[in-house]
Amino acid sequence: MNREDFLMYKNNPNLIYLDNGATTFKPKCVIDAILEYYTKYTANSHRGDYDISLKVDELYEDTREVVRKFINAKSSKEIIFTKGTTDSLNIIVFSFMRYYLQKDDEVLITKAEHASNVLPWFELEKEIGIKVKFIPLNENHEVTLDNIKKVVTPRTKVISLAYVTNVIGDIRPIKEISNYAHQNNILVCIDGAQSVPHMKTDVIDDDIDFLAFSGHKMLGPTGIGVLYAKLKYLELFKPLLYGGGMNSRFESTKEIEYKELPLRLEAGTSNIEGVLGLRSAILYLEKIGITKIHEYEQELRAYLIKGLKEIPNITVYNEFSKSGIVVFNINDIFAEDTSRFLNHYHICVRAGNHCTKMVKEEIGVKNTCRVSLYLYNTKEELDKLIEVLKDNKKIFDVIL
Amino acid sequence: MDNNFKRELIIDNCRNPFHKKSMNEDDFIKANTHNESCIDNIDLYVKLKDGIIEDAYFDGEACAITTSATSIMLKNIIGKTPEEARTLMNEYYKMLNEENYDSSKLGEFNVYQDISKQPNRKKCAILPFQTLEKTFKIYESENK
Ligand SMILES: Cc1ncc(COP(=O)(O)O)c(C=O)c1O
Repeated sequence: MNREDFLMYKNNPNLIYLDNGATTFKPKCVIDAILEYYTKYTANSHRGDYDISLKVDELYEDTREVVRKFINAKSSKEIIFTKGTTDSLNIIVFSFMRYYLQKDDEVLITKAEHASNVLPWFELEKEIGIKVKFIPLNENHEVTLDNIKKVVTPRTKVISLAYVTNVIGDIRPIKEISNYAHQNNILVCIDGAQSVPHMKTDVIDDDIDFLAFSGHKMLGPTGIGVLYAKLKYLELFKPLLYGGGMNSRFESTKEIEYKELPLRLEAGTSNIEGVLGLRSAILYLEKIGITKIHEYEQELRAYLIKGLKEIPNITVYNEFSKSGIVVFNINDIFAEDTSRFLNHYHICVRAGNHCTKMVKEEIGVKNTCRVSLYLYNTKEELDKLIEVLKDNKKIFDVIL
Repeated sequence: MDNNFKRELIIDNCRNPFHKKSMNEDDFIKANTHNESCIDNIDLYVKLKDGIIEDAYFDGEACAITTSATSIMLKNIIGKTPEEARTLMNEYYKMLNEENYDSSKLGEFNVYQDISKQPNRKKCAILPFQTLEKTFKIYESENK
């Protein structure tokens, strides 16, 4: 779909990019939005009284509204711009959970979470003595409500999960989980890094308390992301950064007054080019339709799985997941050797543990090759991938 | 060395690696690759006694270059002193860095003679010696 909008293909006509879980290409409109900011109305935001600064303000605050609509939040005050998913999750943990949780309170995650949804919790465990526990996964490595019920105790206060995991690619039943969680006074924190770019997000319908996602995985620039939290919780966030832009008044007598949300949580000059680029990326995705993108990825995925299954010495680890992620190995070949083999044919896939170092305890293999699809991928590209993989006998002739 | 011969030697060291097994015994010093590489994961087990490498093994999962280079390294260091192993390593590094080197000293290591052209694979080729060095450091700190 829409390949002509992506200059990367113009400059690299033979490239087959299948690592969209890591980051994505940018359509021309996103690059233009950034260029326009630097060539037509460079100014700081929330400062000036002159036209170009007001223009920046208008676009910056309109982006909040664009994001609000995109994830169906109630109020644009609930949208905070951050550096990305990692930044957002850290802010949730250290600006809110650190004060909300008490010693021996329990937080549930899984062994399939990305490092960014694990390490902040582990640190908080060290710092204030919460307990991080793991929800057991079923035989397809998926989270089920039944398994959650098995580990919930009266001390469980938070369930923190990726909506879609970046290795197994399963879509978690978040609506069902949050419904159960809220009946038991448990907060629901969602890592949306791999879901928001690929499927409809509705924080109201799913009743999500906290959501984190990154712009660069959804056609936007790097260095920009979003933190969403329900207003009643966001009000309680204690800023991690203090300085310009977030205060309304301070005196030498140490009387201080901070701004209202959302600006209170956005100290310092923001990543304005990032915000404007993200705005353009979301408008672009909406124009195509996120549901249409999701369906197209499903179609590509089914096509790829069918092709891979015809190759006798390939193991697919997540045949039944519903996202655009496929993980596999050539039997008895180290994943990184496979990715180097594919690289020889200009095919980009990711080899490794994908920042989810605990998942090996779940799927029994440490390293895999991951294909992650997006709207601009085509069946022709997958044909090429399958053709090369079919001929995998010559891997060592190619890489050695 | 001709390319086919090199390739066969590398593959042979991957498929039939020398001394590939875990040695979780007290007289073996253990070190892992994971500080240098987040994907190659090799444990090296080295038994040093009276200043000699008496025995050595490795285990784990790694790419073809790392696995074969570890196998070749182990074939060449048992019975030697750490100093002798370092001398070998220095000669090997000279080859990898495209400096003048003495190929007669390198034996099977000559299979990596063209690796310098692929910088991202060079780090795989030096991983075994980097890990070996860790075991020497542990030995030296324990035997000061
Ligand atoms: C599931 C998941 N969570 C978090 C992240 C971290 O995202 P970022 O590096 O943009 O902060 C990623 C990206 O790799 C991811 O896939």
